[in-house]
Amino acid sequence: MAENVTPRVRVPSKASAGEEITIKTLISHPMESGQRKDKEGNIIPRSIIHRFVTTFNGETVIDVTMEPAISTNPYFEFVAKVPESGTFEFTWFDDDGSEYTESKDVTVG
Amino acid sequence: MMKMTLTSSGLILAALGGAAFAQEEPELVINGEIPITTRAEAPASVEGALPEVISGWEFRSPETQSLEEDDFENPGMIFVDDARAQFDTAMGPDDQACSSCHDTPEDLAGARAVYPKWDEEHGEVQTLEMQVNECLTERMSTDAWEYTSNDMTNMMALLASVSRGMPVNVAIDGPAQSTWEQGKDIYYTRYGQLELACANCHEDNYGNMLRADHLSQGQINGFPAYRLKNAQLNSVHDRFKGCIRDTRAETFEPGSPEFIALELYVASRGNGLSVEGPSVRN
Amino acid sequence: MYLSRRQTMALGTAALVFGPRIAWATATDDAIAEFTGGADVAEATGLTLTAPEIAENGNTVPIEVDAPGAESIIVLASGNPNPDVGTFAFGPLAASQMASTRIRLAGTQDVVAVAKMADGTFQRASQEVKVTIGGCGG
Repeated sequence: MAENVTPRVRVPSKASAGEEITIKTLISHPMESGQRKDKEGNIIPRSIIHRFVTTFNGETVIDVTMEPAISTNPYFEFVAKVPESGTFEFTWFDDDGSEYTESKDVTVG
Repeated sequence: MMKMTLTSSGLILAALGGAAFAQEEPELVINGEIPITTRAEAPASVEGALPEVISGWEFRSPETQSLEEDDFENPGMIFVDDARAQFDTAMGPDDQACSSCHDTPEDLAGARAVYPKWDEEHGEVQTLEMQVNECLTERMSTDAWEYTSNDMTNMMALLASVSRGMPVNVAIDGPAQSTWEQGKDIYYTRYGQLELACANCHEDNYGNMLRADHLSQGQINGFPAYRLKNAQLNSVHDRFKGCIRDTRAETFEPGSPEFIALELYVASRGNGLSVEGPSVRN
Repeated sequence: MYLSRRQTMALGTAALVFGPRIAWATATDDAIAEFTGGADVAEATGLTLTAPEIAENGNTVPIEVDAPGAESIIVLASGNPNPDVGTFAFGPLAASQMASTRIRLAGTQDVVAVAKMADGTFQRASQEVKVTIGGCGG
């Protein structure tokens, strides 16, 4: 697991039914591209987060396939709708098999 | 009819005036609630060498500028979060955390704005990094952090973030004066094979292009700075080191007396600008 | 093998003019073909790609894609050694089919987006982004 991976997510905690809400996510990760060389000239092996998924009460909002051209500390912004109260689940999948998760409850009322 | 014409031309004038102002002086407000002074009257410490002092933020493109307007878009804030966790982490044999004495980082609001400053007990000018290391070694009986280590730079970002919007106000008189004079000497000394002093770029040529880049005044009110170039937080002394290296010189080391003096001097040139770190720069 | 300066320059020029350009174009076209399954791709009418005309630093370039009703959108950087950037697949709870992120561009080039629309057709949008070179090495 890459060191010090910290996910950050911004979701409003309250929404009205069916409201469109903007979600922003940022996670600290070097996104080592596999294109760079170290001081000795050896290729630094690729190590990236290759997939990011957001669901709400189990249903998909967005599913992103990521390549090494996504910048260090990947940022995403997108729009979700919330039909009822529930929980957003955010999952980042690392090349090394690690999964980083974060969840946020939203109350619809 | 006449009245209508007058009203509409009045509106047009107002709109033009507003647009011209916005174009000349973009304004930085962080999270819609922290106004940042990015342009201020030149402080006495500049001694007339600059007509006004300008934050590096104003020299960046609109896309880069906008990254700093919202903490969520500012990747530097990731490391502020890391430092916030560190602040509450017990260290050393007595299980002391920063929060054991200081409660919350917000209790230290204002500290960033007045460092480097004279330390009576040690009889020297201390940077904020030195103060943190003093806490670690003397109060918490644990090991000092390396001067530009991630732990240290993250903590600098946290301490800057809680002071954002406050005016930089380092003292240059009294016992700090000789250190300030030393820093000023360094600022105006040409280094390296390219024979460049700090002033050659950041005083004589700010606003001009260096290849495709705008030279700034080299203000440090926004440090640590998250640079798009290396996608990490950069400390003040690492930036000094990079600049002097680029003149093709042997550089001073981060934490050296020379860089401490230079930091005091350069910080004083930004007296009146807001603390802005962690900023986002190219 | 010894190469004279002139030979080296000739090789370099050939590589610059033909090698990478062909390789990149092919790689981008291949990536699009893989995404579309070889179907026709129309110019964008319902797909918007937003990217800065001039990027201050190629390491972190903000982009946004927006295609109302689309199933998925692939983003490609035609001038990168590997043009793949990412694919956004939208689920039933996406309020609109838009997303923004930050990407790496190896130099001035066209960024390309291809959307698979709700009716199964494909649309393509592209935008040139000039990547500037910074001032100092540090």
